[in-house]
Amino acid sequence: MTEQLDSTARLDSTARLDLPEANWQRVSPKLIVAEYVGGIIPSAIFLVASWFFPQFVAPWLFPWLFIAIAVAVLIALVLIPRRVHAIGYQLREDDLLFRRGIMFQRFVAVPYGRMQLVDINRGPLLRALGLSELKFVTAAASTGVTIPGMLEADAEELRDRIVALAETRRAGL
Amino acid sequence: MSSVDSSGPDSEREAKENSSPGAGRETRNSSSLTDGQWHRLHPATPLLKGGLLLLGILGVVVANLRERILHLFVPEFPGDEGDPVDFVIQNGLIGWALLGIVVVLVLLIAGSYLSWRMHTFRITGEAVEVRSGILFRTNRKARLDRIQGINIVRPMFARLFGAAKLEISQAGQDANVLLSYLGSSSADVLRAEILRLASGSRAEAAAVPVGADSLIERRVNELLAPELDPNLAPPESVVKLHMGRLIGSLALSDTTIVLLLVAIAATVVIVTTGEFYVLLGIIPMIIGFGSFYVRKVSKYLRYSIANTADGIRVGYGLLSTGNETLPPGRIHSIKVNQPLLWRPVGWWEIKVNVASHSRANKGADGQGATTLLPVGNSQDVRKVLELALPDLREQSDDSRTVKLLQDSFGSVGAEGDGFTTSPRRAMVLRPFSWRRNGFGITERSVVLRKGAIWRQSVIVPQARIQSVSMKQGPLERALNLAEVQLHTVAGPISADLGAVAARDAESFFRDVSAATVQAVESDRTHRWHDSEPQASAEPASERRAGSEPAPEPTK
Repeated sequence: MTEQLDSTARLDSTARLDLPEANWQRVSPKLIVAEYVGGIIPSAIFLVASWFFPQFVAPWLFPWLFIAIAVAVLIALVLIPRRVHAIGYQLREDDLLFRRGIMFQRFVAVPYGRMQLVDINRGPLLRALGLSELKFVTAAASTGVTIPGMLEADAEELRDRIVALAETRRAGL
Repeated sequence: MSSVDSSGPDSEREAKENSSPGAGRETRNSSSLTDGQWHRLHPATPLLKGGLLLLGILGVVVANLRERILHLFVPEFPGDEGDPVDFVIQNGLIGWALLGIVVVLVLLIAGSYLSWRMHTFRITGEAVEVRSGILFRTNRKARLDRIQGINIVRPMFARLFGAAKLEISQAGQDANVLLSYLGSSSADVLRAEILRLASGSRAEAAAVPVGADSLIERRVNELLAPELDPNLAPPESVVKLHMGRLIGSLALSDTTIVLLLVAIAATVVIVTTGEFYVLLGIIPMIIGFGSFYVRKVSKYLRYSIANTADGIRVGYGLLSTGNETLPPGRIHSIKVNQPLLWRPVGWWEIKVNVASHSRANKGADGQGATTLLPVGNSQDVRKVLELALPDLREQSDDSRTVKLLQDSFGSVGAEGDGFTTSPRRAMVLRPFSWRRNGFGITERSVVLRKGAIWRQSVIVPQARIQSVSMKQGPLERALNLAEVQLHTVAGPISADLGAVAARDAESFFRDVSAATVQAVESDRTHRWHDSEPQASAEPASERRAGSEPAPEPTK
C-alpha cells in the first residue's frame, strides 16, 4: 500500500484505458505468493487430468490437450505478478477509485456516500501471509469492488477511514 | 374497523370504536392511525386471507367426493367403493369424524382470530413497525426516510369487502412492510399520512372525512371511484391510455412477432406434411398467449399516472386494482424503448428501476412497479419523463436538456446533437447503431442512447448513480474502444454503453464520477419536503407544496 504504480504502463499502447491523473496505491506484493499457491493446486489437477483422461477416452487427443493446457497454465502463472501489479486504488477526496486487470481492464469509482458496508475477509491462506481482502458493498450489485491482498493493519485502517467518510456523506439510496 | 388502542396485543383493554363497516358514517381523524399507538388490521382480514384457502379446500373435497355426491342425488349412479367416507360409515365412526371436522374448524378459526389479534402495527414519526405471529413472533421496523414507495392493492375479492392492502416498499429483496388488510378508505388516509411523515414536512394534515350514507352505497362508490382520490391527487391523469392504443400496442408487441412466426411455421408444417397433429401442440401455447394478453389488458385498461405533492402516483387494474406512490428520488433509472413494430406508429414504453422488489403487486407478468408507461406517443413520454425527472419541469422547450432527451428517442444520430457517439471504427461491433450509440450528460442526469433496430435510451439521475465503471477487453482494445457502465439498483434496466471511443470513455468516467459526487452531496430526496438552507445549490427539484422550510438538517 506504500508504493505507487508508475504510469509507464500507459506507454505500451494508446488504446489502453488509463487515468494519468490518478495516484494509484498498490496492494501488497505478498498477494503474488497467495495467487501462486492458490493457482498451482487447480493447475496441477487440470494437468494431471489432461494427461490421463484422453488416454482412456480419446487417444488422438493424447499429448495435445495436455500441451494446450500446460501452455495456458504457464501463461496464467507468468502473468500473475503483472495482474497483481495492475490492481490499484486511490482514496480521492469524495470517492474511491479502483482498477484491475491487464487484458480485461476495469475501472470503478464509488462515492463514499454510496458505501453501504465494508467487509474484511481473511481466508486461511491470506491469514498465513498476514493479508486481508476488503469488499465494498453499495446498493448496486454490479459495483463489485474488492481490494484483495492488503496488509491486515492497512485493511482495518482503510475500512475505518472509509466508514467514517461514508458516515459524513451519508445520503438516501 | 376496530382501531383498538392497546399497549400490546395481549392487553385485554378493548375499546371498540363503532366504526366497523356496518356503521353508517365513518369519520376518521387522520391522526388516529399514525398516533404512535399499536393498531390492528381490518377485522375481516382472516376471512380475506383464509377465505380463498377455505374455498380451495372445499373445492378439493368436492372434487374427491364427486362420485359420492352424484350417487347421493342420482341413486342409479354407481358410487365409489372403498373411499374414506365408506370406511367411516362402515366402522360407525360418523361421530368421531364430525368431531374431528369441528375441532379442525374451531382450531382454524381460533388460530386466525389469534393471528389477527397478534398482528399489530404502529406508525411513529421515525418508522413503521409491524408485529405478527402467534408462536414465532416477528417484529419488523422500517425507517420512514428510506421508504421507496407506497402501494395500495385492492384484489377483487377484498374490494367487495371494502378492504385494501397497503404495502410500504423498502429497498431490498422482500424487505417490504405489508399491511393486509386495511379499510379501503383508511388505507388512502394512512398512505397520505405516512408520506407526510416521511417527507419531513411540518404541515399538519387535515382530518379527512369519508362520507356516504349506507354501506351498499359506500361499497358501490369505492368500486366505481377512480383510483386517484380527488383529495390526494390532481384528478387528471397526465396520460390517457385508450383501449384502442392498448390493444394495438399488444398486437404490435414483440410477443406477437413470436406468435406469428410460430403460426407460420405451423402452417408450413401442416401444408407440407398434411399432419394436423401439430395443432394439438399449438393450442396450449395460444391459450398461454391469450391469457398474457388478457392480463395485460385488464391490468392497464385503467392505467393512470399523475403527480402528487409526494411523488408520482401510478394506478392500474380493472378488477383487482393497485396504485403506487413513488416519492421523489425513488426512481433509479429510466428506460424509454420502442419495440420494432411500434416504430411506424411512434409508440414508446417507459420502464424504471426501483430499489424495492415487491411481492404484492406482481400483476401481469410481474412487471408491476417497473412499468411507468405501458404505451404512449412522444408527448406522453415527455409528460411522464417530466414527472419522473422533476428537474425537467423547469426547463424551457429549447433548453439543452430537453433537446438532448428528445434526440435520445427518435434521432438516428446527427452531428452536434449533444451526444458523444461511437466513432466509425465501432461499425465492427455496432454495425447498424454506431451513429446512434452514444451518451449525453445533462445537468442532473446521464443519458445513454443505443440501438438502431430496437431503439432505447436509458436515463439515470446523477443523484441515484451508485458507482461508475469503464471496461475494456482485448477486442475493444484492438479497436481503441471501451465500455462504460453506470451501476444502479437491480431492475429491468442495465445502464451500460459499449463501443465508445477509449478517450471518450475516460472523459465520461471522469465527468460522471465527479458529477455523481456533487449530486449525492446535494441530494435531499430522502426527506423530500424538508428543504434545507444549503438546498439553494439544488434548484427546486422537489415540489414544495404544503411544506415549510425546516432549518435543521435531516439527520
